[in-house]
Amino acid sequence: MTLTVLTLLQQFVLLLAALVLFLSFVLLAQPRLIAAIHLFAWQGALIAAVTLTVALAGHAHHLYFSALLTLVLKALLIPWMLHRLVRRLGLERHTEALRWPALAMMAGVALVIFSYWLVVPMVEQGLAFTRNIVAVSLAVVLIGLLMMVLRQQAVAQVLGFMSMENGLFLAAVSATAGMPLVVELGVAFDVLVAMVLFGVFFFQIRESIDSLDVDRLNRLTETVDNEDLIQ
Amino acid sequence: MIIVTWLIAFIQALLIAALAPLLIGWVRKVKAWLQNRRGPSLLQPYADLRKLLVKEIRVPHTASPLFRASPYIVFVAIWLAAATIPLVALDLPTSRIADIIVLVGLLALARFFLALAGMDAGTAFGGMGASREMLISALAEPAMLVAVFTLAMTAHSTSLVSVIDHHLTDGFLLRPSYLFALGALLLVALAECGRIPVDNPATHLELTMIHEAMLLEYAGRHLALMEWAAWIKLLLYGVIIANLFFPWGVAQDFSPLALGLGLAAVLFKLMILGAVLAVSETALAKMRLFRVPAFLNLALLLALLGLLSHVILEVGA
Amino acid sequence: MTALLLLLLTPLLGGLTLALLRPLNLAGWLNLAVSLLTLGAAVWLAWLVATVGVIAGPYFRVDAFNVYLVVLTAFVGVTTSIFSRPYMRHVCASGKISARSMRVYHSMYQAFMLTMLLALTTDNLGVLWVAVEGATLATVLLVSLYRTPEAVEAAWKYFILCGVGIALALFGTVLTYFAAQHVMADPAAGLTWSALYERAHELNPTVMRIAFVFLLVGYGTKVGLVPMHQWLPDAHSEGPTPMSAVLSGLLLNVALYAVVRVKMLVDGSLATTATPHLAGALLMGFGLVSFVVAGLFLHRQRDIKRMFSYSSIEHMGLMTFAFGLGGPLATFGALLHMLVHSLTKSAIFVTVGHATHLAGTQAIDQIRGLIRTQPAIGWSLLLGVVAIAGFPPFGVFTSEFLLLTATMQSQPWFAVVLLTGLAVAFAGLFRHLHPMVYGPAPEGQQPVQANLLPVFIHLGLVLWLGLSIPDFLAVWLDRATQLITGMHLL
Repeated sequence: MTLTVLTLLQQFVLLLAALVLFLSFVLLAQPRLIAAIHLFAWQGALIAAVTLTVALAGHAHHLYFSALLTLVLKALLIPWMLHRLVRRLGLERHTEALRWPALAMMAGVALVIFSYWLVVPMVEQGLAFTRNIVAVSLAVVLIGLLMMVLRQQAVAQVLGFMSMENGLFLAAVSATAGMPLVVELGVAFDVLVAMVLFGVFFFQIRESIDSLDVDRLNRLTETVDNEDLIQ
Repeated sequence: MIIVTWLIAFIQALLIAALAPLLIGWVRKVKAWLQNRRGPSLLQPYADLRKLLVKEIRVPHTASPLFRASPYIVFVAIWLAAATIPLVALDLPTSRIADIIVLVGLLALARFFLALAGMDAGTAFGGMGASREMLISALAEPAMLVAVFTLAMTAHSTSLVSVIDHHLTDGFLLRPSYLFALGALLLVALAECGRIPVDNPATHLELTMIHEAMLLEYAGRHLALMEWAAWIKLLLYGVIIANLFFPWGVAQDFSPLALGLGLAAVLFKLMILGAVLAVSETALAKMRLFRVPAFLNLALLLALLGLLSHVILEVGA
Repeated sequence: MTALLLLLLTPLLGGLTLALLRPLNLAGWLNLAVSLLTLGAAVWLAWLVATVGVIAGPYFRVDAFNVYLVVLTAFVGVTTSIFSRPYMRHVCASGKISARSMRVYHSMYQAFMLTMLLALTTDNLGVLWVAVEGATLATVLLVSLYRTPEAVEAAWKYFILCGVGIALALFGTVLTYFAAQHVMADPAAGLTWSALYERAHELNPTVMRIAFVFLLVGYGTKVGLVPMHQWLPDAHSEGPTPMSAVLSGLLLNVALYAVVRVKMLVDGSLATTATPHLAGALLMGFGLVSFVVAGLFLHRQRDIKRMFSYSSIEHMGLMTFAFGLGGPLATFGALLHMLVHSLTKSAIFVTVGHATHLAGTQAIDQIRGLIRTQPAIGWSLLLGVVAIAGFPPFGVFTSEFLLLTATMQSQPWFAVVLLTGLAVAFAGLFRHLHPMVYGPAPEGQQPVQANLLPVFIHLGLVLWLGLSIPDFLAVWLDRATQLITGMHLL
């Protein structure tokens, strides 16, 4: 078994990556909004831990900064902002159960298999011990996407979106040992601004439809009545 | 040499049957401590067994001969299953003739007769318990099999001994797949052994009981055998979890020292596991029956993730 | 380098100032002034590129291809700000938006220009991603500026769809970086486009193939390719009209520019494999589907801005198809089409802004008799649609003719589809246009104060390009063609 050639730290990275994937599934199924935000924060913390461990195992010094950035942004700042928004919107007790939880889980498993299938030819080109994680990170991205499709609540959709971004951070760490610093800062800035704007939108949506159930945003279709267009 | 190994295997099988009441006593004792009670003695289950064994057998007049045969079949099947797992020593002849699939099959056989016996008397509770038992096992079995296959894939063998052997030769490795399989097996064990939060072994409340409902018509020796079989099953799952995931200490040869050490190690591991079970049973409440599928789906998900993370993360790492 | 700095710093500082500036009247003028200064910097940069060739820095690279789009972007930025000044003042005066929203509008207008110019001039694929995502962030608040339920819905759709799309593009970028790690001596240069392009043939084809699919889906969402186009009609119809003009005229171009840059890398990487034209084939497929579907959707539109946004999807599909076709003639045609489409479409959106102002609605069957009430608007709309439908003597005809010729040469069967699609789109546009322009005017419809200068400038340019393409532009486009395909057309 080839796992034996890895050092303990490198094995730890794989373990953390597997846990990130598991959290993605739990996030997908979690009906309580506040608990989902906490799960998201844990996922961010795990990715920061992956980055830190990769930095320790591979002596990649620029990754220390990247780990810190991930920790601050993904595990502290964004969850804190979401938490505050949820409190200000009065959604602390909001729950939204998936209609077919078992089916959603199976869809998630199918996405993991799909990501693996997609990434296998690439993994064979291997560069570092982390390359196996690329499939996991793609799966996290796709499960985030699935969550955005299955959830109707705006905050939950944003969680799905942010969890996709988590997958991208993981991909950057695992495939390439971190993007160049400028890019990483740029991406982090974009994510932060996006979060602020999402906050603005929660209030705008609630103002316009009295709820955050985005399924009710359905005025703009291809078969609108004439009355709707007169403003 | 063959005779010696068979002898050790035989002693080990006896030991399993003998230790099972002790484990259940230990779990009850820890639970009592956690609830600030002194609780019955550790040896109370032995006393219960002895008392039941000498009591008169009563059989419902609606029952068929199956009702009488079932306790023996169930007990023997579970005991046989337990005899194939490596408790203190690895390379015993019993484990060479039976792999994981035989183990699961023997447990399924026992469950089949248990459910039949539950329905045989024709009472409402027996049938209800049997149907619930079958529901749970139908959901738990896939999770159990997938989890076990994850381990088997690592060792390229379905024999428990080679899985453990493989694990021991590799030394300490952080395997994501093992972590997930451990989680899945823990959940499956809770469901299969009828522990909280799936079933409460200490209650005879009509609406919630599962395992106890099937035993309601039994008395005397029959009841003793049924209860004993359930305790052996708990021990069996405990040993599987302890020795598969934490195999250190198990005897790899048959020297008295290694065997003694193996026994001490497995007792220690079971003590820890029993304490963990007691703590979780104190902390958790029994869930509604309708929530059980979700609980077991989680087990299946964990098992599948274990399988996937083995394929994705560990092969070719 | 100074020109480049000026180009990027002007909108940055302008945007910051406009965010703080309170007097509304002044803000409109300042917006125009900043845009003019940006255009000046862009022209300077273009002149430098024309004389020096390529300007390259650590993070920037300006060549004939992107400086062409830089000038176009800055130019449309100026003309739209000429239109937007009185238009937005009117919107503000009518009480639809507050003074604070006006500040947001003006500063975001400049932020949008900044992200567009950054995306065009950068040499780093990561910065390109950041800038394109930044463009979404800058415009998403503008789409919901009116705060009607429809506007909020459109903005949310826009945000979510483009956010998801662009996230996939980032995954593609990561994969490209991964492929680069194997070939680049300095791994930090693994996202520098020019360095990657030099060694494109060494990039691992398997990885690049997967990366391209992600990048195409990601940036393709921004281009408005079917089936990722859902956000586009909504965002165009619900946002303020100047926003529709710049989204259609600029953002789509920049996203397509990103796709083309990536395609160049992938083509290099796949050149020696069994499927050397995979990227081109994908572009052709997406482009053709968008072209046909959007043409069909034109028929069932009831909102005038939605209708023209479907026309944008149709034309972006055509350009994507042409870039996918490859070859100097198709690429030259596509570059020219980018130019004339941007000019014509932003002119149309400006006219539509006045028309909806006049009729008080965006519903097509309520807009009637424009040519009777206010001939200037009626004629502008008519000419704009004539131009976009590809009639001679307008420039769109020239570029579409080039594209059709190129298609005839290499893939004759697709030419049939293209011609049919053009006819379908033409019919779709005109069945709605006719009553709007010539129908009986409703009673009490009053002319409005219209500022049609940008429309005249744009349509005049498009007409000029249709009659004769000036030499310097032809040489310029030829150089860009040479950069993209490696071959000169002229």
